[in-house]
Amino acid sequence: MSSDAHFTDFKSDKQPTWCPGCGDFGTMNGMMKALAETGNRPDETFLVAGIGCSGKIGTYMHSYALHGVHGRALPVGTGVKLANPDLEVMVAGGDGDGYSIGVGHFIHAVRRNVDMTYVVMDNRIYGLTKGQASPTSRKDFETSTSPEGTNVPPVNPKALALSAGGTFIAQSFSSDSQRHTELVKQAIEHDGFGFVNVYSPCVTFNDVDTYDYFRDSIVDVEDIDHDPGSFDQAKDRILDSEKEHIGVLYRDEDSVPYGEREGIEGSMAEIPDGAPDGATDLVREFY
Amino acid sequence: MHEDLNWAIGGEAGDGIDSTGKIFARALSRAGRHVYTSKDFASRIRGGYTAYKVRTAVEQVGSVVDRLDVLIALTERTIDENLDELHEGSVIIYDGEQATMGDVEIPEGMIGLDVPLQRLAEDAGGSIMRNVVALGAACEVTAFPIENLDEALEKRFGDKGRAIVENNRDAARLGREYVRENYDHEFPYDLETTDEDYVLLNGDEAIGMGAIAAGCRFYAGYPITPATDIMEYLTGRIEQFGGAVVQAEDELAAINLALGAARAGARAMTGTSGPGIDLMSETFGLVATTETPLVIANVMRSGPSTGMPTKQGQEDLNAMLYGGHGEIPRFVLAPTSISECFHRTIEAFNLAEKYQLPVYLTADLSLAVTERTYDPGEFDMDDVEIERGKVVDESDVEEWLDEEGRFRAHAATEDGVSPRAFPGTADGAHMTTGLEHDELGRRTEDEDVRVEQVQKRRRKVETAREREDFEPREFGDPDADTLVLTWGSNEGAIREAMAQLESVSVRLLSVPYLFPRPDLTDAVEAAEDVLVVEANATGQFADLVEQDTLQRVQSVTKYTGVRFKADELAEAIRDAVAKTEVPQ
Repeated sequence: MSSDAHFTDFKSDKQPTWCPGCGDFGTMNGMMKALAETGNRPDETFLVAGIGCSGKIGTYMHSYALHGVHGRALPVGTGVKLANPDLEVMVAGGDGDGYSIGVGHFIHAVRRNVDMTYVVMDNRIYGLTKGQASPTSRKDFETSTSPEGTNVPPVNPKALALSAGGTFIAQSFSSDSQRHTELVKQAIEHDGFGFVNVYSPCVTFNDVDTYDYFRDSIVDVEDIDHDPGSFDQAKDRILDSEKEHIGVLYRDEDSVPYGEREGIEGSMAEIPDGAPDGATDLVREFY
Repeated sequence: MHEDLNWAIGGEAGDGIDSTGKIFARALSRAGRHVYTSKDFASRIRGGYTAYKVRTAVEQVGSVVDRLDVLIALTERTIDENLDELHEGSVIIYDGEQATMGDVEIPEGMIGLDVPLQRLAEDAGGSIMRNVVALGAACEVTAFPIENLDEALEKRFGDKGRAIVENNRDAARLGREYVRENYDHEFPYDLETTDEDYVLLNGDEAIGMGAIAAGCRFYAGYPITPATDIMEYLTGRIEQFGGAVVQAEDELAAINLALGAARAGARAMTGTSGPGIDLMSETFGLVATTETPLVIANVMRSGPSTGMPTKQGQEDLNAMLYGGHGEIPRFVLAPTSISECFHRTIEAFNLAEKYQLPVYLTADLSLAVTERTYDPGEFDMDDVEIERGKVVDESDVEEWLDEEGRFRAHAATEDGVSPRAFPGTADGAHMTTGLEHDELGRRTEDEDVRVEQVQKRRRKVETAREREDFEPREFGDPDADTLVLTWGSNEGAIREAMAQLESVSVRLLSVPYLFPRPDLTDAVEAAEDVLVVEANATGQFADLVEQDTLQRVQSVTKYTGVRFKADELAEAIRDAVAKTEVPQ
């Protein structure tokens, strides 16, 4: 395979079964473009996905990939990256996958700061199970399981990431293809855990958080005076519930990824035919 | 002279019981004596009765017995707790000046040695060394050369500086001198030393060492008794071989981390105990259906639920054999001794990769926390063989591509084992999923493909049955009418019981392979009495034997949380034989 892969090399021959107009198309295209434009190849890329509409992405992209169980994609990605740091590891999920069943793993993945990229297709609804409240659904949002409104405030994943020591926190919008691709690229290039929450509208079940709503509400932090290196500014943008900020909200330039801190260097796949050199010393310890 | 000595130190958790016991066990081992240890501990950090027992002999020992010859009692309760095992002539070393001893009364016929442990320790440099003073006293009682203790103290405290080592040596000598000068008993012990070099280790350590030997480079786990020792052993050691240990946020993360590492091509492992395998069972199915090689150590304790975390149990057999929804192939290996923990761990990695499935490696608490001496030759690293199975690389990946150039990661081969391409292999890129999938790893609900993949996964087990040697370990008289079957740590106690049974000859088959398992039909049919010994209430292994052989067996179970002892097993075997014999 050529070293300069085109983004279509990351496409599989399966046609997505997402609903026409689904935000996930744009999210995926941006991921493929970002991978290709950062010099990655499908054979050296590992994509991990969980369950739900977002989880289908592993079928539509071409790379080494695992479609796992609901909410557990981040630990799988962490294991892949630590066992072979040469691989480009990308984890994809949805808001239910990442911030409900998998929220514990999310916080710990942020803390560990493994050098991988996490893209969350946030549509603020459970789509594949046909329209129940998700952890990012707005308060009072009416769904089949919350006919009187959700009555609980939404999870703020960017605030969770910031408070857990996140080193790269970005927000993008799937229909703004160029900007979305650019943000995923920056997440890939970041030395550490690159987290991109993507507004990826569900055209079938969410009639509140629509394309129109986002187009009207989004403020790109590039257009305002925002310093992503400032924790306090990041905090203010992230906690501002009046606006939908996109762009790199926070970036820690001093980020040292987990693998580097732990001295993990090469692939762990290569092992000798017998016990490794020095193994006899392990026995001697017990004398 | 007693050559088989049973020694113990008991007190409250936090009194340094474990550390002191280990020092004495190490001293004996370094003096060329065999050692078998057992721990009696409560699930708390401080307070609560705890004891560390050491049995030592010149011959190898494989179990505990109901006898205590020398007891260091740091609390009055220690004596009460061990009353059943103490006997006439037992020596009890205690510090009568301590409040914890209350108004201690030494039981009649026993020898109480009141030694001011704390005061002598302070003379040597600090009251913290009171247990070492007691060890010195024990050396005098057992005529054990104190120089051997010096070496163990060096090993224990060497990295804390010369002064600490010297103070401890002084403390031990003060203990010895005090007994020498203040008591003139004729103790009936004279511990012989030999020139043999033994290693002393427990089951968890043997599993950890076996994992590194087998090329395991990635371990993820969540702390849980009694499996944590594996993680602690690997931490700081596996890194020297290019590996990593990750302390996961929970068991679900642990097994998923290990799954990711395994898919990246590493030999990977996770470890836990009963409650943890419940949490892992969701991903266990994913591991199996994606045909990912993974070793899962389940160090059993008493259940159900949180049960008795620090007590012995062999209750998870059914959970390991049948746990997880749907039908999924898995192997279950159960070492029967500490050295077996090492060998079966290596085998578990080979089997996992050769057959691309999850392998449960299960030890029980007794095996995991017991330390025992071995000839170092039992852990010969030159004997380690690594078999990685059907791994394809750039040179042979082509023969596994379909007409459109897609890698057939789940190809339905004749032996049921598919090719495996590590990520990074050109042209090997593929997706795999926990959904039912086709040869390419893609979701399918096609009836024929479904049947083909289910059969393919089952076929691996048949292939393994044909190719591997899943034989039991055999002891005793091969022609005996009495057959004892067991699994896990009970082997040692049964062998000891057999030695006590002069009038009954016994054939023992100890089974380290629970799935796939050996065909025991001939052995069961040939015997008059068949006893199945296991540490659970329902006789889970006995059920398997009955199901496999279509013969009734007698179940010998124990579920008190305490390991089997040789004496009670000898009695069980005698009873069984007596029932079968026609009355004269």
